[in-house]
Amino acid sequence: MIPNEYLPIAVLFILATGLAALVIILGHAFGPRRPTARKLMPYESGMTPIGPGTRRIRVAFYMIAVDFILFDIEVVFFLPWAVYARELSYYGLLVIGIFTVLLLVGFIYAWKKGALEWE
Amino acid sequence: MMVPINYFVALSGILFILGAVGVLVRRNLIVMFMSVELMLNAANLAFVAYARHYLSMDGQVFVFFVIAVAAAEVAVGLSMVIAIFRTRQNINVDDLNSLKG
Amino acid sequence: MSIQEFLRDLTYLLPFTYLVSWAAVLLIVDLFLPDDRKGLLAPLAALGMAVGIGLSILQVGQQQAAFNGLAMVDGFSIFMNVLFLGIGLVGVALAYDYLKRMGLERGEYYILLVFSITGMMLMGSANDLIMVFLALELLSIPLYVLSGLARPQQASEEAGIKYFLMGAFASGFVVFGIALIFGMTGTTSIPGIVSTVSSGTLLNPLIFTVGGGLMLVGLGFKVAVVPFHMWTPDVYEGAPSAVTAFMSNGAKAAGFAALIRVLVVALPSIATDLTPVIWIIAALTMILGNVVAIAQRNIKRLLAYSSIAHAGYILMVLVAYGSAGLAAQAVAAALFYLVAYTLTNFGAWAVVIALEKKEGRGLMLEDYSGLGNRHMGLAVAMTIFMLSFTGVPPTLGFVGKFYLFNVVIEGGYIWLALIGVLTSLVSAYYYLRVVVYMFMRDGEPEVRRDVWVNLTAGVTAAGLVALTIFAAPLFDWATRAVLAGF
Repeated sequence: MIPNEYLPIAVLFILATGLAALVIILGHAFGPRRPTARKLMPYESGMTPIGPGTRRIRVAFYMIAVDFILFDIEVVFFLPWAVYARELSYYGLLVIGIFTVLLLVGFIYAWKKGALEWE
Repeated sequence: MMVPINYFVALSGILFILGAVGVLVRRNLIVMFMSVELMLNAANLAFVAYARHYLSMDGQVFVFFVIAVAAAEVAVGLSMVIAIFRTRQNINVDDLNSLKG
Repeated sequence: MSIQEFLRDLTYLLPFTYLVSWAAVLLIVDLFLPDDRKGLLAPLAALGMAVGIGLSILQVGQQQAAFNGLAMVDGFSIFMNVLFLGIGLVGVALAYDYLKRMGLERGEYYILLVFSITGMMLMGSANDLIMVFLALELLSIPLYVLSGLARPQQASEEAGIKYFLMGAFASGFVVFGIALIFGMTGTTSIPGIVSTVSSGTLLNPLIFTVGGGLMLVGLGFKVAVVPFHMWTPDVYEGAPSAVTAFMSNGAKAAGFAALIRVLVVALPSIATDLTPVIWIIAALTMILGNVVAIAQRNIKRLLAYSSIAHAGYILMVLVAYGSAGLAAQAVAAALFYLVAYTLTNFGAWAVVIALEKKEGRGLMLEDYSGLGNRHMGLAVAMTIFMLSFTGVPPTLGFVGKFYLFNVVIEGGYIWLALIGVLTSLVSAYYYLRVVVYMFMRDGEPEVRRDVWVNLTAGVTAAGLVALTIFAAPLFDWATRAVLAGF
């Protein structure tokens, strides 16, 4: 029932998983183990880690992220228009113009309300 | 040979049920919220699968709208979660109980 | 589509397109108002909606499909537009003084309210499941924010997030239901679905029914029917009263507009499968809403359960949606009851707002003791609202229930009608208890005197009684005007 084109992917999947498992097992079986306090520390690209891994992040990041999501996703509607812009001609321009104006109103609102200020 | 349409629909059904169960059993606002997104994306998968099946654009257009609306929902939801976290320092729904009559 | 067609279609939807532009203008105006003058947005929003009502009425008699059949102008949509804009006007009137008094005067309230109304209007005109979904979100997302308007008060924040989570959950059901229906028919257009079903080229009737069921569940959340009602009391209690008043009418009316379009127009083919489900949901809603309301001491929670119960009554009439001869009559009865309920509910909320104090005080039944001695007019108005909720003549609530039961009995659902009548009797207990408190107990309630709130209470009370005289011709006229498209 499974289509044939997907067979190579399945083979690759099995090989990759198997190889990874094999390497780990071999390492565990034959590698020497001499733990020291320094070796048991979490790996932080060679730096000594300070404090726990989950730290509070400033809420300003979230606010910027929220604005970003909004405007980033709305841009998705430009894509189909851009592909067919020539065929749609002035009609497409008018429609995307209305869309852009509405988006701009939202943007100006966010801007003037201080959503883009860092502090 | 193409993957049969039923595979996609079954997968999207499973994803949808996972999302719905997630909303009902998880207790962290953000995780519940992610489960809702999973439900929406399950629907998106079904839409594109059927759009391919019918070779029609309607389903894909719908997915665009769902994605855009989901983004607006995310913005509102995240802002509310932040507001709640600021007043309570906690986002566990079991602690949201000042309204139990 | 050419530019000319596009502009022509924009004018078909003029009340909607106009209101969206007006909301955008209000957004910009809000930016230039100093913080202590935000109240100025109230008359501007009201003006916008009043003009919208005028534009809608000018459309009476039109019957057009716009934007490749995505939206419709017909009797039903015009009727719903006027109803929604009226709800918006009262929403502004009730909020103006309330927001000032509670220290909540923010420009956002009026802007979000207008945006929410645009969503509701789109719902009334939707002729495609894409539009149903977009309208649902456009009306819901501002409501989520409005419920949390009184932050950082914990109750309001909690109401906001609960409403948001439940609403998003419900949208998930609606979208997946639409996905399945699209999958089975290959189209999202409501007429397209109907023609696919009647031509018998449905991919899989079972999955089609499941899709319809999922949409019913999602919309059931929106109109708050059992077992999808859990959020209602908490959200209604936690949200600022002016928001609750607006939301309990607007969201419910829009939810039923969607249910009517989807069930009656798009899915009559699966009526035999859905009718028993609707039967059970309606019966459970009427029973649970009315019985649990008895235990409530807080007037906002009491009205929340009352709103659940009334959703049950309106849903009850939709059991008849599948029988060809009765569908139109069922829709007309549902709409008539919706109007009666909206008037009654707004009146009751106006009284609640008049008595509410800061920090959620003045909301218990005890706070209504002695209202009859101190403020006769308000107490009499509240009595009329309670009688109308119960369905006692001579109020519009009675006439509305009469039409509902009429259709249900004609459809042969005697037991359901019986449950409806019995639960109405039960509801008399808690509605009339409010009246008993007002007239039979002693107390010194303080009432906030505000001209708009008093006007709302007075006009709705007078309307509820006066309109009963014209009820029969009104109903006939509404049936003909609204149902030309059904």
